Amino acid sequence: MTSELTEPLLSVRALRVVIGGRHILHGVDLDVAASGVTALLGRNGAGKTTTVRGILGLVPRTGSVLLGAEETVRLATHNLVRRGIGYAPEDRGVFASLTVAENLRLAERAGAGEPDYPLVHELFPELKTRARQAAGTLSGGQQQMVAIGRTLLNGNRLIIADEPTKGLAPKVVTEVAQVLERAAEAVPVLLVEQNLALVRRLAAHCAVVADGRTVHRGPAAALLADADALRRLLGVGRHDAGTPAEAQPRTALEPTAPRPSAADEDRPAAAGAGKAAGTANTEATP
Amino acid sequence: MATIVLLTCTGLGLGALYFLVASGLSLIFGLMDVLNFAHGALLSIGAYGAWWAASGNLPGAGRSGFGFVLAVAFGTAVGTLAAVLLELAVIRPLYTRPREQILATVGVGLAAPALLSAIWGSDARTFPGPAALSGTFPLLGAAIPVNRLVLVAAALVVLVALRLFLGRTRHGLVVRAGVEDRAMVTALGIDVRKAFTLVFAIGGAAAALAGALGGLYFGSVDPGQGTSLLIFAFVVVVMGGMGSITGAAVAAVGVGLVQQFANYYTAAGLGDLAVVVMLAALLLIRPRGLTGRLA
Repeated sequence: MTSELTEPLLSVRALRVVIGGRHILHGVDLDVAASGVTALLGRNGAGKTTTVRGILGLVPRTGSVLLGAEETVRLATHNLVRRGIGYAPEDRGVFASLTVAENLRLAERAGAGEPDYPLVHELFPELKTRARQAAGTLSGGQQQMVAIGRTLLNGNRLIIADEPTKGLAPKVVTEVAQVLERAAEAVPVLLVEQNLALVRRLAAHCAVVADGRTVHRGPAAALLADADALRRLLGVGRHDAGTPAEAQPRTALEPTAPRPSAADEDRPAAAGAGKAAGTANTEATP
Repeated sequence: MATIVLLTCTGLGLGALYFLVASGLSLIFGLMDVLNFAHGALLSIGAYGAWWAASGNLPGAGRSGFGFVLAVAFGTAVGTLAAVLLELAVIRPLYTRPREQILATVGVGLAAPALLSAIWGSDARTFPGPAALSGTFPLLGAAIPVNRLVLVAAALVVLVALRLFLGRTRHGLVVRAGVEDRAMVTALGIDVRKAFTLVFAIGGAAAALAGALGGLYFGSVDPGQGTSLLIFAFVVVVMGGMGSITGAAVAAVGVGLVQQFANYYTAAGLGDLAVVVMLAALLLIRPRGLTGRLA
């Protein structure tokens, strides 16, 4: 685990996203190492998912996104993805009315070689036995298997997984972690994750976003070992169970990015309020 | 009894017309979130295309036999072409501006009938159907116009073809997935815009076919025909559930039958009202339409 990111596979600089006149990202910098797992961390509503969606062009964005040596910020999403990106979104993005087999077939990519069904079925035998079942009737864990299975079908250069363990039973979390670990042996992974135990297990590098900008980059192990930094950057309390504690006023001392005055910009969304109700309330009321 | 049989057959014929218009409308809305107010114009274009060809303007086409089939095919082809042009030239540049998109389709929906009036006049033109299709056949004591049968058969063929297309082909898979989550389809590396053009072509073809065969049903073509059918097609789409072909088929039959029976047994015009009441009642009971898809 070196802190240096020599020749990153994906290099994001000054990524900005404005949606409906609102600045969601103010400048995210992020490198995804050419091997292993790079974790993208941050509190609820910090802009992690928007960062991923910005990288993929699912939301209008400016800045620079280099995949290898190629600037991709002007590419349409489907053209970027065809260059070898597998994406498992936060809500899993599984097509409920399609069968499991159809969900996978849709992810087959022309020109990407023979789809690797043996690998997917080996990792997730259930996807084979449930091939004809409508994906909407699967459990959350099974849907996540479909979502991850889709990213493994095409021999991608990069896998982006947005909170793949969210809302899953502990046993399934372990299963997903094992698959990600194995996938990461072959393909670099950008992992958005709240579960710090999982980050500790999988990630070599990490970046932390807060209020729409990058506030920390470095080796994952170093950050996870620094209780003070964890509390400051992620609001994680004494135990790193992933539960957000109340906002720390000390965030203002953060060296790389002073807390912007418009701290609420990224969080009035229901998602932020729901996930960290306590924090949102105290902050929102003037 | 004879009256009921006749009303049923006429209602089914009308339902077939509604289905042909509504199926494309439903797919377009389901996939693209575009309320295509120009869909009636596509129907009118198909109707005039078939009328123009069957009136002896197209070599080989005519009012009977193979010539008539050719005329209907010509009308359908012209409507399909118009739909593709509409998508590429008007809808596509406005993908990110849904309000302007709706206004643009309303504009085309008004302009196309006006253009037809300007060229061929606003009066209805007699549609030159083949003699074989203008007669009647006896069924349970009633004399049923043959063209009702043609309409129902055409609608059934389109229904089966669409279901095969959606269920068995990769393009159909992309359309079904796109109806659910367009962004995720692009995130799988698929150019969903191609599917947009494709559903416009399919929807335009079905509407234009409805126009060509509607000429048989009504016995004439006029520039406003498409627009008046469009209103009921919208009712069918909402009742059937956006993006659902089978839902559209069931709703189209229901609307056609209710309209015919209500118009006959109560005052003329009440049938149209009954359809709207039926829509309101259905939406109160099942806000997501017959198929449970979000309306």
